[in-house]
Amino acid sequence: MKNIHINEIKAFVKDAVIWNLQGDTTYRVYIGVLMLFIAGGAYAYSVQFTYGLEATGMSNIVSWGLYISNFTFLVGVAAAAVMLILPAYIFKDKDFHRIVIIGEGVAVGALIMCLLFITVDLGGPLRAWHLIPGIGLFNWPTSILTWDVLVLNGYLALNLLVPAYILFCQYHNRKPDESKYRPFVLLSIVWAISIHMVTAFLYEGLPARPFWNNPLMGPRFLASAFAAGPALMTVVLLVIDSMTVFKIDKTIFNKLRLIITVSAIVNLIMLFSEIFKEFYAPTHHSLSAVYLYFGLDGYNSLVPWIWTAITMNILGTLMFAFNVGKKNVKMFFPASVLLFTGIWIEKGFGLIVPGLVPSPMREITNYSPTWVEIFITLGIVAMGILVITVLIRPALIIEQRYQEHLASKGEEH
Amino acid sequence: MKCDRRTFVKGMGLTVAAGGAALSAGCSSMPSSGEEMKLRFHEYFKENYRLMTQLEKEQTVERLARLAKLNHDIDVQVGTQEPLEQVLYGYAFNVSRCEGFMDCVTACVKENNLDRNSKTQYIRIFEMEHGETDVGSGDGKYFHEVPVPDHYYMGVQCFHCESAPCIKACPTKATWREPDGIVVVDYDWCIGCRYCMAACPYWGRRFNWGEPHVPRAEITKKQHYLGNRLRNKGEMEKCTFCIQRSRNGKLPACVDACPTGSRVFGNLLDPDSEIRFVLKNKKVFRMKEELGTDPKFWYFID
Repeated sequence: MKNIHINEIKAFVKDAVIWNLQGDTTYRVYIGVLMLFIAGGAYAYSVQFTYGLEATGMSNIVSWGLYISNFTFLVGVAAAAVMLILPAYIFKDKDFHRIVIIGEGVAVGALIMCLLFITVDLGGPLRAWHLIPGIGLFNWPTSILTWDVLVLNGYLALNLLVPAYILFCQYHNRKPDESKYRPFVLLSIVWAISIHMVTAFLYEGLPARPFWNNPLMGPRFLASAFAAGPALMTVVLLVIDSMTVFKIDKTIFNKLRLIITVSAIVNLIMLFSEIFKEFYAPTHHSLSAVYLYFGLDGYNSLVPWIWTAITMNILGTLMFAFNVGKKNVKMFFPASVLLFTGIWIEKGFGLIVPGLVPSPMREITNYSPTWVEIFITLGIVAMGILVITVLIRPALIIEQRYQEHLASKGEEH
Repeated sequence: MKCDRRTFVKGMGLTVAAGGAALSAGCSSMPSSGEEMKLRFHEYFKENYRLMTQLEKEQTVERLARLAKLNHDIDVQVGTQEPLEQVLYGYAFNVSRCEGFMDCVTACVKENNLDRNSKTQYIRIFEMEHGETDVGSGDGKYFHEVPVPDHYYMGVQCFHCESAPCIKACPTKATWREPDGIVVVDYDWCIGCRYCMAACPYWGRRFNWGEPHVPRAEITKKQHYLGNRLRNKGEMEKCTFCIQRSRNGKLPACVDACPTGSRVFGNLLDPDSEIRFVLKNKKVFRMKEELGTDPKFWYFID
């Protein structure tokens, strides 16, 4: 009995690998390009590893930069999978059920990127074992960072295990036992909220940094994530729809549009509330916001970025609100890219850098990432896209085959 | 439990021994000898300082001294002096008296083996206009003859808070408050995430962005494990009230060096100490008191 089980797993893994290795020229070029970026990132990291973090643009004032910015944003992308999981598994929405596996694949890729961004940001990456509970010294529950370690790894496990079980059953033409995976699905819904709230608490819990010490940060993280995540899903689905044999139903795009529109509007309202608080009655605590939006003491490197971000944010939101894809779903593509990029800037370095500037001694320095940081960042993003690709490709094939199997069984009876 | 952990870690280590241990000390250069390799291997797998037995503490400081000999060809003494009984350190800064000479800064850099490449300084002196009280309005980068009329000077450094946000932030318990009130960092346990740095409201912490460098002739050889011993890249550091001096009954280097006598350091638990006299008889205040960090550093006015 046990042997059969191992053979079943072997066949499953073997086919998944084979399907990933097969592909036309376009696919091979695509993978080749990703590999090239990963190699570039690896080289840049070897430079950073040798010289230390002085190879980056960070300093004692701006002590977190591009890495932590991207980490923060991508936690949101990972958490946003809940917007597909919830309707698919709980409300039994048939449309979402078809694509939920893609959402989970994107979440895993985003989490891998998050963990890589944290690792490359460490001054002593070889000492990361000091963080492992039991072997190292884990400052739990006091340090919010330890909470983040727990929730991120837990969410990664949940998003790997549930789809792996479902796909494994479908691969062998068996119906997945819902009573077995449903508790984990419920858990992952709560868990998705928690990864983003905890990440917000990392910043929210620091009275030293008034720009972050803001109770709206957690809820706003969620709202922006639930807009940016489904926007990314829309892009991924449009790519799958036009580049592969798998066709995505138009109703799916319309349902995603509703989620994106509502979240994006809530996000803008909260943004407006923050801006009101900072500028209606400015205090010393508003200096970070002044630096971000208008520049301070002649330092204004973030100003063009944040206004671009806000413009993109508003434009993207309007395009979704007025349903630009009504006639042609492809019109959702520019809308999604606008909204996604806008939120990436605003919630990435538009949030992290001004939190640290001016310093608690009110000193200012400009931060601009070095080529090392940019190459490492691109390498990690390429790695994330690669992970998403190799997870989704076999998943879609298995799902397709299982549907065909069910259909043929239906004909027999 | 402790033994199990070590066995596990060691076992795990054997598989990554070569690479891991070689780079463990954070040095960019490869070890030049088998002995150095072995020392770094043991250094890599040692415990957090607080969990070490007396024997382990002695072994690690012996290894550190040997490594300093191998790498820098100098003889250092790395101490592990425990906190003194019935001692809680406090510091007071006389705002009316300081004239901004910055001898304290120079002495601190020398005493604590601070990185000369990045010009790391634990102490900052801000030149403030009369009428201003917010240190942020001062000039922390002045370079001219002092004192300047109509200005006064305010020094800032780590305030050794009783409820320190940095300690709460650290995910690995690599920074903590000793029983004598000194907030310390176990440099070798720090993973370099810099969360403590974001959490500190006084900008009291410094990070080693690159490999720190101190000219061989200028290295202070009398060191403490939690104090001025040589650091590596990727590690956090900060003022330790010169733990290597204060625990041996000496004053911190900054207090010793101050030509105007603006710096007062002593035992808060000793009713006859100068620090207690200042707290009792002078008008004192603390920085950003509203944050509830309870610093052990006061400013006072004559």
